Amino acid sequence: MNKTVYVEMKNICKTFGVIRANRNVNFSVYEGEIHGLLGENGAGKSTLVNMLSGIYKPDSGSIFIHGEQVNIHSPKHAIKLGIGMIHQHFKLVDVLTAAENILLGNGESVFISSKNKIKSIQDVMKKYGMEVDLDKKIMDMSVSEKQTVEILKVLYRGSKILILDEPTAVLTPQETDRLFEILKSLAKAGCAIIIITHKLNEILSVTDRVTVLRHGETVSTLETGKTNIRELTELMVGKPVSLSIEKVITEKGNLLLSVKGLTALGEHNVPVLDNVTFDLYEGEILGVAGVAGSGQKELCEAIAGLYPVEKGDILFKGENIVGYSPREIIKRGVSMSFIPEDRLGMGLVPSMDMIDNMLLKDYVNQPGITINRKPAKEKAERVTKRLDIQAPSIYTPIRKLSGGNIQKVLLGREIDANPHLLITAYPVRGLDIGASYNIYDLLKEQKQKGVGILYIGEDLDVLLELCDRIMVLCDGKVTGITDSENITKEDLGLMMAGETLSSIKRGM
Amino acid sequence: MQIVKREGASKKQIILIRLIAIIAAIVVSGIFIVFLGYNPVKVYLNMVSGALGSKIRFRSTLLEMVPLVITSLGILVAFKMKFWNIGGEGQILMGAFAATYIALYVEWIPKPLVIPVMFIVGFLAGGVWGLIPAFFKAKFGANETIMTLMLNYIATQWITYLQYGPWRDPSLKGFAKIANFPDHALLPKVFGIHIGFIISLVLVAFIWWFLKKTKRGFEIAVVGESVSTARYAGMDISRVIILTMLLSGGLCGITGVIQAAGVNKTLTMNVSSGYGFTAVITTYLSGLSAPRVLVVSFLFAILLQGGSYIQSALQIPQAAADVLQGMILFCALGSEFFVRYKVRFSKNNSISSEVK
Repeated sequence: MNKTVYVEMKNICKTFGVIRANRNVNFSVYEGEIHGLLGENGAGKSTLVNMLSGIYKPDSGSIFIHGEQVNIHSPKHAIKLGIGMIHQHFKLVDVLTAAENILLGNGESVFISSKNKIKSIQDVMKKYGMEVDLDKKIMDMSVSEKQTVEILKVLYRGSKILILDEPTAVLTPQETDRLFEILKSLAKAGCAIIIITHKLNEILSVTDRVTVLRHGETVSTLETGKTNIRELTELMVGKPVSLSIEKVITEKGNLLLSVKGLTALGEHNVPVLDNVTFDLYEGEILGVAGVAGSGQKELCEAIAGLYPVEKGDILFKGENIVGYSPREIIKRGVSMSFIPEDRLGMGLVPSMDMIDNMLLKDYVNQPGITINRKPAKEKAERVTKRLDIQAPSIYTPIRKLSGGNIQKVLLGREIDANPHLLITAYPVRGLDIGASYNIYDLLKEQKQKGVGILYIGEDLDVLLELCDRIMVLCDGKVTGITDSENITKEDLGLMMAGETLSSIKRGM
Repeated sequence: MQIVKREGASKKQIILIRLIAIIAAIVVSGIFIVFLGYNPVKVYLNMVSGALGSKIRFRSTLLEMVPLVITSLGILVAFKMKFWNIGGEGQILMGAFAATYIALYVEWIPKPLVIPVMFIVGFLAGGVWGLIPAFFKAKFGANETIMTLMLNYIATQWITYLQYGPWRDPSLKGFAKIANFPDHALLPKVFGIHIGFIISLVLVAFIWWFLKKTKRGFEIAVVGESVSTARYAGMDISRVIILTMLLSGGLCGITGVIQAAGVNKTLTMNVSSGYGFTAVITTYLSGLSAPRVLVVSFLFAILLQGGSYIQSALQIPQAAADVLQGMILFCALGSEFFVRYKVRFSKNNSISSEVK
């Protein structure tokens, strides 16, 4: 192996207060290599790359770029060193074109779109074999096009070291494949690429080597070709984990929720939900697949009484609940629990402790004007025990808990009310593998009790394994509802991109 | 040099930072005093003795503290909801205005009931002044900071108009002043201090209980933290905002009643004299805790009282005393920055040298 080392990090340590985010991390990336950075949430992946991109500074340890020791003191400095970071949330100006966005912030005037500069962008594109319509405005672009612009922006600035933070979270399977092709051709052209992800199959399909982090320490660096999912998972979690979700078979119960022709409007009166119709039965998990922002959030909120409905009916056990406020829904005995996507911004109050968070929906049913915290304390203790929540105490502010435990608090509170309908939006987002499987188990347990579950998910493998049926949304429209037994991931991907189920079946 | 976010500063560190801030303020102000030609030690000792040195001085410090405490409580309730009420001045004046109307122009109320009625209408008038921006915020999303601020000017001009116009006391020829309150409309005294002091203590306990133990208090805290969460929990957000501002403005209104009926004995611009703004600072420094409002207001009262004492005792001009107060405030508030961030000085390659 005589490859040139582009990036080398030696004995990196970084602490935040009492939390040791990185401990003696060693990590190197070669020229022409795609290097995966794998680890559970809180393993220290983001901290590590943030030190490369100049956002944080290590407490100790040294960083070498192209063999030279450097002290990266700012993001600007990182760019100068040829390190380009592609964030999960794009940093592009919507109303400008791709070319303008690429030129922006280079200290050059945007308004003189000189042919030379356009030419030099095109040269970069040609060099790496990329395709972007430079005159297209960002707001007219799809997510994957925007991502390509981000990559091109970084390349135009001369970066040879690219860092991508969870780049596939917002992509369909087909778009992911396209991204990986781009990355491979960049690597071939001599770039060093660091890709952060917690999706194991992506690690296997695109990387050359992979470094696994656990609790802030490097566990191991492996050649991707010589490892497998099982080994990686064990390294990541620290113990063997069973990776299949066993489906619980339940009798199909009575019709619980019937949504008919549901239409809702978003900004500029553009429909975010367009004539959505589906049924949900007791003891069933109905999965909802779709690229982020296809109307999943609005669908959940509309059912929960939090989003205005333009047209259509939502029948809960035959009763139309359209137009009810959340409190009316609670008061009328509609036994529904909603676990929103934004846990700390909607489901919980981060600065309050577990007890007060248990009170969030219950306080109103207490008599008198004062609050009795005793039942909430009992509930907090019960939920802690039942879901095995790891917290210093029930008096700790929720925001100080880990992501998995925060989700358990939210889920625990909602399950404790014994709902008949459970709406969960991305319940495992940001959770590590162990915590995710915990959540799946809890959902299955609810299903067995006869609860109808609407499960908004992003990982198609999980949707296929966990759910009885899957509904696919694209731009607020239902492109198909199918049994999860009779559908492949690829077909789901096509439906997510707008093809209808019937047209796919016809094509077969 | 680099500014880094401090992640979870320990209690010890925070106390140390605050302590350094106070020492810095004293030192910098001391240098300023030296330039003015005075002995700083002497000036400081005079300030302390001016505020606490005798029974009468201590009493006036407590009197200075009362409006700060009650106004701070009003501001605190609004801030807890992240409603930036900087209209305390206007709410104080409107409370005083309503109470003055009762004291001077309503004769049918039996004399012993006059003061209670003044408090009730004062609360309501201040409350309405707080309710107006709350209504526009709740219904149209109007910016409450601008609205509460603007309403201050309307209230100020309204009082000026009354003073020079319809409510001018005709018996004082040529001097524009509203008539003094009759005796039955003046606050009674306990141990030489008007009962506003006791009221302020009761209100501190009440607000502490209200925010900690009641459903309304819980709703205020949730709305302040996240409107989406409040909506999710089924709370009626408009109602919470409006009721909270009624209470916030009402408390400021009570300050107005106390200052008019206990200190000024009439309605003048002096009734508010900046308490609405100073209370924003005391509330902030108290970290939105009712009991701590009491402590911070007391320290502030010492500062105000001591400042005015050195004016007369050492002939230090008013402006210089204000500079001293400003300096101390600047350091106290500035130290908040260091609670949240730390400044790091580092030379190149210092990092690798730290490796053991």
